[in-house]
Amino acid sequence: MVMITQSAIDAVADIPDGATVLIGGFGPAGQPVELIEALVESGTRDLTVVNNNAGNGDVGLAALIGAGRVRRVICSFPRQHDSHQFDAKYRAGEIELELVPQGNLAERIRAAGAGIGAFFTPTGYGTPLAEGKEVREIDGRHYVLELPIRADYALVKAHRADGVGNLTYRKTARNFGPIMAAAATTTIVQVHEVVPVGDIDPEVVVTPGIYVDRVVVVPTASTPEPEEGQ
Amino acid sequence: MSSLQTPSTFVEGATRLGKDELAALVAADIPQGAFVNLGIGQPTLVSNYLAPDSGVTLHTENGMLGMGPEAHGDEVDLDLINAGKIPVTELPGASYFHHADSFAMMRGGHLDICVLGAYQVSARGDLANWHTGEPGAIPAVGGAMDLAIGAKDTFVMMTLLTRDGQSKLVDACTYPLTGVACVSRIYTDVAVFLIDREAAGEDAAPTVLVRETHGMTFDELQALVPVPLRRA
Repeated sequence: MVMITQSAIDAVADIPDGATVLIGGFGPAGQPVELIEALVESGTRDLTVVNNNAGNGDVGLAALIGAGRVRRVICSFPRQHDSHQFDAKYRAGEIELELVPQGNLAERIRAAGAGIGAFFTPTGYGTPLAEGKEVREIDGRHYVLELPIRADYALVKAHRADGVGNLTYRKTARNFGPIMAAAATTTIVQVHEVVPVGDIDPEVVVTPGIYVDRVVVVPTASTPEPEEGQ
Repeated sequence: MSSLQTPSTFVEGATRLGKDELAALVAADIPQGAFVNLGIGQPTLVSNYLAPDSGVTLHTENGMLGMGPEAHGDEVDLDLINAGKIPVTELPGASYFHHADSFAMMRGGHLDICVLGAYQVSARGDLANWHTGEPGAIPAVGGAMDLAIGAKDTFVMMTLLTRDGQSKLVDACTYPLTGVACVSRIYTDVAVFLIDREAAGEDAAPTVLVRETHGMTFDELQALVPVPLRRA
């Protein structure tokens, strides 16, 4: 049963200290800023956060990191023009970083939601990011064993939800949303609007409601201004 | 495997290529109807030189096929950005998909060509383009490793020499690798190099073919590059 609320604070209130949280978004697009800011307010600490980046500017994920709530970041591209919050914590030795090639990050999250125990990928073979990992040659090509990234919670931004949690997204803001929604024990989604059951054509549902636990309506959700950088 | 035509025979051009001329040269080598990913920075310039009737479809790894030019003014939509996080536009026939699909598309060999920048490329096509290994530098890899090994052909665009005059085409990369034996062509300001990845193998130190030079002779080029070269 999906809980629908106007309160981001209520939606994230039970996320405990030490939780692993998947946070959607590629840079600013698709970043659930209001949910993250509710997490800042809740005071939860020692989080492991999984995101493509490590925060932009001083809002959303950057604010969470800046407030010292994140113990560990699993991401592909932390360093950007505007990642000063992460950079400072990293240089001070106050945050751990697990760097993962972007496609491996996505597939590890997908694997968690799909019940896959591990997978062999060619990405990263022969590079420092495969050091210490099992390698296998299959049909003349080399592959690296990668494990799924499971999480306690996912915070996702979608565009529209219906009353049973079916989701649609907007353009490239979709990015990690569908795979993160499937990979967490509890998935919390912020949307621009909630429509009555039946108002989303079943043919266009991107994330079926089975993956969604809580929906927060944030009609004026902000997308922070982007800065150049991968 | 390769979607490309057999290379033409060796030519010497009179003048060194600027960034835009180099982008135009790469664009001219992209076959009609190809699916292409252009990396951040210099490779992005290639899109300026793709003919409107080329039928080339651009992929951006954050989840889109059919990417159009950079957005300006009223076109800017912060939910529609490219891999460099710059607002872009969509073309008719565009599609959106999530990150795992986007990288499956790449890793699965469905893209014809990927164009990337590089710090170093080795004679057997190893690529180093994500990290200089400098102490204190915060590492960031993004999609570089997936891009390098995913497309049917990986092109590199770079200046041949570093600021202090060292060749970036090397016998073996000294910077941390992005991918092993993955580069098939190197487009530089002074020459275009062709690498036969299948002939190269894992341990060989193969000869690199030179398709064309710009602003120098073949012999002048060979004097700068520490790997054996051969005219295509």
